[in-house]
Amino acid sequence: MKIGAPKEVHEGEARVAITPESAGHLQKLGHEVFIEAGAGTLAGFTDDAYRDAGVEVVKTAPSLFKMIDVVAKVRPPTETEAKRLTKGQTLISFFYPSSNEALMETLKSKGATAIAMDMVPRISRAQKMDALSSMANIAGYRAVIEAGNNFGRFFTGQVTAAGKVPPAKVLVIGAGVAGLAAIGTSTSLGAITYAFDVRPEVAEQIESMGAEFVYLEFDDSELPDGAETGGYAPPSSPEFQAKQLAKFREIAPDIDIVISTALIPNRPAPVLWTADMVKSMKPGSVIVDLAAERGGNCELTVPDEKIVTDNGVTIIGYTDFPSRMAAQSSTLYGNNIRHMVADLTPEKDGVVVHDMEDDVIRGATVTHEGSITWPPPPPKIAAIATKPKQKVIVPTAEEKRATEVAAFKAQTRNQVGLLVIGAALLLFVGFFAPASFMQHFIVFVLSVFVGFQVIWNVSHSLHTPLMAVTNAISSIIILGALVQIGSGSWLVILLAALSVFMAGINIFGGFLVTRRMLAMFQKS
Amino acid sequence: MEFGFTTAAYVVAAVLFILSLGGLSGQESAKRAVWYGIAGMALAIFATLIGPGAGLWLLSLILIALGGVIGYQLATKVQMTQMPELVAAMHSLVGLAAVFVGFIAHFEMARVAGLKAEGADLTTLGTFATLIAKKTTVELNILRVELFLGVFIGAVTFTGSVIAYGKLAGKVDSAAKKLPGGHLLNAAAAGISLLALIWYFNTGGFFPLFIMTLAALFIGYHLITGIGGADMPVVVSMLNSYSGWAAAAIGFSLGNDLLIVVGALVGSSGAILSYIMCKAMNRSFVSVILGGFGGPAGEQMAVEGEQVAIDADGVANALNEADSVVIVPGYGMAVAQAQQNVAELTRKLRAKGKNVRFAIHPVAGRLPGHMNVLLAEAKVPYDIVLEMDEINDDLPDTDVVIVIGSNDIVNPAAQDDPNSPIAGMPVLEVWKAKQVFVSKRGQGTGYSGIENPLFYKENTRMFYGDAKASLDLLLPKID
Repeated sequence: MKIGAPKEVHEGEARVAITPESAGHLQKLGHEVFIEAGAGTLAGFTDDAYRDAGVEVVKTAPSLFKMIDVVAKVRPPTETEAKRLTKGQTLISFFYPSSNEALMETLKSKGATAIAMDMVPRISRAQKMDALSSMANIAGYRAVIEAGNNFGRFFTGQVTAAGKVPPAKVLVIGAGVAGLAAIGTSTSLGAITYAFDVRPEVAEQIESMGAEFVYLEFDDSELPDGAETGGYAPPSSPEFQAKQLAKFREIAPDIDIVISTALIPNRPAPVLWTADMVKSMKPGSVIVDLAAERGGNCELTVPDEKIVTDNGVTIIGYTDFPSRMAAQSSTLYGNNIRHMVADLTPEKDGVVVHDMEDDVIRGATVTHEGSITWPPPPPKIAAIATKPKQKVIVPTAEEKRATEVAAFKAQTRNQVGLLVIGAALLLFVGFFAPASFMQHFIVFVLSVFVGFQVIWNVSHSLHTPLMAVTNAISSIIILGALVQIGSGSWLVILLAALSVFMAGINIFGGFLVTRRMLAMFQKS
Repeated sequence: MEFGFTTAAYVVAAVLFILSLGGLSGQESAKRAVWYGIAGMALAIFATLIGPGAGLWLLSLILIALGGVIGYQLATKVQMTQMPELVAAMHSLVGLAAVFVGFIAHFEMARVAGLKAEGADLTTLGTFATLIAKKTTVELNILRVELFLGVFIGAVTFTGSVIAYGKLAGKVDSAAKKLPGGHLLNAAAAGISLLALIWYFNTGGFFPLFIMTLAALFIGYHLITGIGGADMPVVVSMLNSYSGWAAAAIGFSLGNDLLIVVGALVGSSGAILSYIMCKAMNRSFVSVILGGFGGPAGEQMAVEGEQVAIDADGVANALNEADSVVIVPGYGMAVAQAQQNVAELTRKLRAKGKNVRFAIHPVAGRLPGHMNVLLAEAKVPYDIVLEMDEINDDLPDTDVVIVIGSNDIVNPAAQDDPNSPIAGMPVLEVWKAKQVFVSKRGQGTGYSGIENPLFYKENTRMFYGDAKASLDLLLPKID
């Protein structure tokens, strides 16, 4: 089959869908590769470079479209481009089908097949063609570079002969691919990086990149589960949003650079950085809003523009970060395209087989053989973006409360039961026993009670000293001998004397040995 | 001096004793707590000596001093590994003293009764005697019961502690043994005691008291003989408890509140300790007291594999490469007197920046907290000595576990084999660590005679030999 890439017509778009390198791989799959003259110039690939790779360079776009079977593009086709497609032709490009219904209708009427690179399902097998991720990675990197470009200070803290430089504080909102890339870039530049995401399970990833996760105090059982929506963050509840904004408001004055990447699939970007937060930031601070295309996470963002607010905060709303690094993004996108084509030519014989049973191809196809095939059915393989999240069964607040209450009730029942039985026994004894006995008996019961209360607190490691000391004090029996030693017969004196003697051994031995042991316990 | 002062002093002493026990909740406060105990004891004795009833001051003081000298000798000479024996021996003294004091009280009672019958002048008698003289018949009967109980518990404590001492010191065979007839003999002795009580209750003669004492002595002897060495922690704390109850019972008969308070404190302390120990072994108190392990409910799981030995070089290599090391000491370490070597090993490893910790099972050794004391003696800092619950979760991340002379407390059969005699006992899950070295004298089973599958696991290596000698070999190889 003949695969070709026209020059991107969208203004400012510098990327190209096929690079000389990816062209080589495509040829190995048995395809012939074509390119419109000058298509790669902005990305740094000359026509000669393509020719050297064996790519045929075609002068104009219309003639290219006529020659080829598969059109590889970056941006969604324009009206003109779409009209050039004919039945049997296949288009591979970003498509954004949810906002491009008219375009789908055009392609449907033309009978062309369209594969949307942004619709590639997020399963492990399809990661190599996940252009959204590869572009997001670049956008995250570039966002930090762009911020640094507009930020008047160092990222890293330094102590120089000319004075001390504090490190920049960077906040990354949304820890998707772009967010993680931004975190990595920012930390490697030496900034103190904080990151936030509504999905608490990404805290580990954030920390692994070297940033500090900004925790919200929130009952996470109410949070939606990211794994159910293909790894994207789902919309959050109003209470959660309120907490989130409060937290941002609290830290805003401290933050030098904000990189916001929060997007919710098929929805306008959530507003997370309000005008008053911008106002509270220091002059010279920079906000890079990667969500600008969908309205922006920052209230003041103007898409495609860089503005400076009254208090000197720069807000960058560019939507073309990958295009600003066209060489890099073309290389990666070109690889995504060639992996997609590789999946389309299973036999590597240059014959495209559009297998609608294949999860990845089915998922990405938006129009096929004169019908719109979007949205796709859910993939057969459980679509889990990166790794399956282990569902930790966290008891909800109510359940926790319920078990606590139950435990408390059981404890109360036990205690009350014991108290009632104890009291009944006491009363029973008191009924028969004379008052003099009861006096002592009460002392006894209270002491047992005190003993139980006190001993439970004894540290486990001190049980041996405890035994030694209780041993020593149980020689209090000596009092019994002492009060009687003076009265009575020789037998009494003898026995009492023996008791005093033995108790004496115990008192001294017990206390001394306890002291010896305790003196040995040392902290490191 | 009047009674009032003595009572006041007793109250202060009681408070001091309570503080003394309460202070043991932490290592640092414990050092202060002992002084509370000493002050309380000194105050109690002083108040009693100058209080009413006491005579023969000089004799008393001399005897206390004599006892003190012996106690001092014992306390300073005793090896920390012999702590269990010492504690058991001292319990026996308390028990015997309780028996004697009970006898004295009986003689006094008899004398007063005799005097009363003669109609002699009762005002010249001692305090206790005066107290008795005032009592009504009902009170006298209660007094008899209390006295009888005190003597009974004291006698059981006495022989029980003597046997426990013998077993711990290795002077008596530590295996669980019973005379023919088993628990029937105990029950018979208990029956005799009960009959003696009724007899004594009615006549007040010395003979039934004496018979009961003999029976109680027998019960103490026979009960403890029937309990195996591995259960000694429970036995010792149980005897501790008994000595307390004996003191309390005597306190009742003498009408002395301080004795009651202290006896009750000690009694409950020992009871709680026994409970903790039983829980740690997943056994009921009754089954420990009745002695020995019950017969296994079914066939024990056969252990597959073989024990693989390793020499000091291998252990040293693994230790040099490990980042985190956990040492599990047991009674074997105490027997081999290896705690200094273990401490030296710890110091060397810690100096190299390795994370070395100790895992102590609640029933390791022969006395509650025994290992902690031994390690403390060898100057192992107590903050790296952790309890089972604190460290069990960390074991899977540990590079090397060294088991020194412990067996049942690291036995996976407790979790895996429902037919094992120790099934359900909480154990240290050392087999989850990356590598386990077991320092052990030979291939035999441990104290309880239970096969340990840990020794056959793939990540386990046996480091045979006396613990101390093995560590001596190992130490120079740690660089």
